[in-house]
Amino acid sequence: MHTIDEIVADSPVFEGLTHDQLELIAGCAQNVGFKQGERLFREGDPADTFYLVRKGRVSLSTHAPARGAVVIETLDPGEIVGWSWLFPPYVWHFDARAVDDVRAVAFDGACLRGKCEADHDLGYDLMGRFASVMIDRLRHTRLRLLDVYGHGSTS
Amino acid sequence: MTPVPYRVVSRAPETADTSTLLLEPLGASIVPRPGQFNMLYAFGVGEVPISTSAGPDIGGSLGHTIRDVGAVSHALVRTEPGAVIGVRGPYGTTWPLEEARGCDLVIVAGGIGLAPLRPAVYHALAHRDEFASVCVLVGARTPADLLFVRELEDWRGRFDVELDVTVDNAGEDWHGRVGVVTQLIPRAPFDPENTVALVCGPEVMMTFTARALLARGVPKERIAISMERNMQCGLGHCGHCQLGPVLICRDGPVFWYDAMERLMEVRGL
Amino acid sequence: MHEEALLTHPPPAVIDLDGLHVLVGVLRDRGYCVVGPTRKDGAIVYEEIVSADELPAGWTEVQEAATYRLERREDEARFGYPVGPHSWKSWLLPARVRLWQARRDDGGRTEFVEEAPPERPFAFLGVRSCDLHAIAIQDRVFLEGAYVDRDYAARRDGAFLVAVNCGVPGGTCFCASMGTGPRAESGFDLALTELVGSEHRFLVETGSDRGAEVLADLMGDPATAEDVDAALRVTHEAIALMGRHVESFDLRDLLARNIEHPRFAEAAQRCLSCGNCTLVCPTCFCTSVDDVNVLEDGAAERWRRWDSCYSVDYSHIHGGSVRPSSRARYRQWLTHKFGTWIDQFGTSGCVGCGRCITWCPVGIDVTEELTAIRAADGEVDHAHN
Repeated sequence: MHTIDEIVADSPVFEGLTHDQLELIAGCAQNVGFKQGERLFREGDPADTFYLVRKGRVSLSTHAPARGAVVIETLDPGEIVGWSWLFPPYVWHFDARAVDDVRAVAFDGACLRGKCEADHDLGYDLMGRFASVMIDRLRHTRLRLLDVYGHGSTS
Repeated sequence: MTPVPYRVVSRAPETADTSTLLLEPLGASIVPRPGQFNMLYAFGVGEVPISTSAGPDIGGSLGHTIRDVGAVSHALVRTEPGAVIGVRGPYGTTWPLEEARGCDLVIVAGGIGLAPLRPAVYHALAHRDEFASVCVLVGARTPADLLFVRELEDWRGRFDVELDVTVDNAGEDWHGRVGVVTQLIPRAPFDPENTVALVCGPEVMMTFTARALLARGVPKERIAISMERNMQCGLGHCGHCQLGPVLICRDGPVFWYDAMERLMEVRGL
Repeated sequence: MHEEALLTHPPPAVIDLDGLHVLVGVLRDRGYCVVGPTRKDGAIVYEEIVSADELPAGWTEVQEAATYRLERREDEARFGYPVGPHSWKSWLLPARVRLWQARRDDGGRTEFVEEAPPERPFAFLGVRSCDLHAIAIQDRVFLEGAYVDRDYAARRDGAFLVAVNCGVPGGTCFCASMGTGPRAESGFDLALTELVGSEHRFLVETGSDRGAEVLADLMGDPATAEDVDAALRVTHEAIALMGRHVESFDLRDLLARNIEHPRFAEAAQRCLSCGNCTLVCPTCFCTSVDDVNVLEDGAAERWRRWDSCYSVDYSHIHGGSVRPSSRARYRQWLTHKFGTWIDQFGTSGCVGCGRCITWCPVGIDVTEELTAIRAADGEVDHAHN
């Protein structure tokens, strides 16, 4: 059974932060759990939290008229869910739901934003880490835009 | 070269536009190796090159998984069991399963690319001790576009192969991964320095997959891809399948990525 | 080297015009379908002939970029011209040929019946050195790969080749640059060099046992040293009369490293993608198949026809054509002919016959294109790549 400190310290997204910085971040965190099917957050709601998945799978989806819910991404243990807490208007753009039973560390985004304001070095560092996560997602999303398997595609 | 007659034993729909035909020879028997293709003839309509997705080399019937994209493939996927089609082959180069002995075998399939790779998976499972580890990564557009679902579930249940499946998008009834197949590569369990990768799918997918494998440290000359061009004769005589210095039907369709990388970058080559 | 070859066994002979008539007769008597040059529709083409009378005596060709016409000579030379729009591929790889028929009975049993080869073997009279090389190049494609083309092999195996050494290269000829002529050195059964002087005679060299047998029936005289010298002079002087030159050194690497050269887009602005060059080129071998239903019940046929990499759907795969632009297609043809052909088959694809220059409606000249690429080696077309 790992403490939050240990989980945060072991997580690749926070690798390289100083002991003090890690303590600061862990101070904004708590363990949470979601039952299968439960929603982590809803599209349009204020985004003040982000999650580090520890167990289970989280889906990001949106609702398209006549299409129903469309899952656009799933996130597995070790992956970060949510960056809307970092940028105005601090609002979720997708629904997040537990695909199976999920355990995660929830980080208080509002609290962290405050700490980043006070410590710009920490703020710059966190920005860089989240930018990297977003760039990764953007690359993969662009690949999906190509619709490589669609009509006219071939093997 | 004339086709030899084969009878369609069964026709199994895989997705809305793709079916697998299992065939039995009425005369000479054709035994392709994993990665090779046959020219399939629909009487009076024409011929198309289709990779083998099942072969008598590992027991069982000759099989081809065909996507309905044109006049000939349309005729083929609508062929009733009991009817006769023509088959010529086998042609082309094979997946480098010999070269992969002793290595981690990583198989990455995108869309219908899983069909030409299926014989390679069967070979790996039938000769499991020849490989260190076997990892199969499968991507498709949506869950409804996944091929060989029952087999995927069988492979998933085995202890000696790692299988991971992802789709580009899905409805909420899908509880698997949603994301592009390249996202499976950074965390897949294989040692890049001792890996041979077999990659098959649309050319764009193969390019991005190769880059993801390279980013993990798999050497270019250990990544095998299956190329496609307009192949009409399969014999190296009609000229259509040229790509720069190679003829896909004769020097391919399986190539090492280091030989293809630069050619794939030239638009309209 | 060739001087020595001329003097080896069996030694060369000399025949006169009567002897030429006898040659055609002997070949026909031996069952050959004799194909030779003859005047038709304003050009000198290769058709079946029954007599040496049908040769274009006293005619020559004037060839330049996008230009071809016949003109009268001052003598009655039978072979006083280079090559016209036809090449021997019209006979070895016909423009249209049935490959097989398929019959299906009510029970679904299907039978494939291969087409029988032509009944009579061919004797080609008047094969220029460039075309001898072209035949050898196509032999590599159809006979020396992993698969042998049955129809080509049947036509080729029985073919009797009578070469003719060129004395009158055309305005677009550049065999000397490609190392494929003007002198025929091998690959023939007999080789003629026409000597028009006070007497009208032909030096005849033997290239095979079959050739020697036929020569024996011609009852020629042994060639004198003067005859041999005169024959050598014909081709030697022809070298200086070549209409075009091109630096052929290292073309494969030159083209491979200039795959995005601006010259391709420039040529594409002129190129009509008409495919004439591929039709007249003696080495272009691309074919396509047509699968047809025959009206009578249960029958289908496969026909093979010439195809051209200039057609848009030549490179079609589902989704579209790989080479949709004229630039891409011009580049394909030029780089394949002079570059990647070597990777694929071990020799250049060009024999310097000049037909593509003559028959291009806008006069695109491959020697000019290659020279321009070499002159600007390394330039990259940023607009189109």
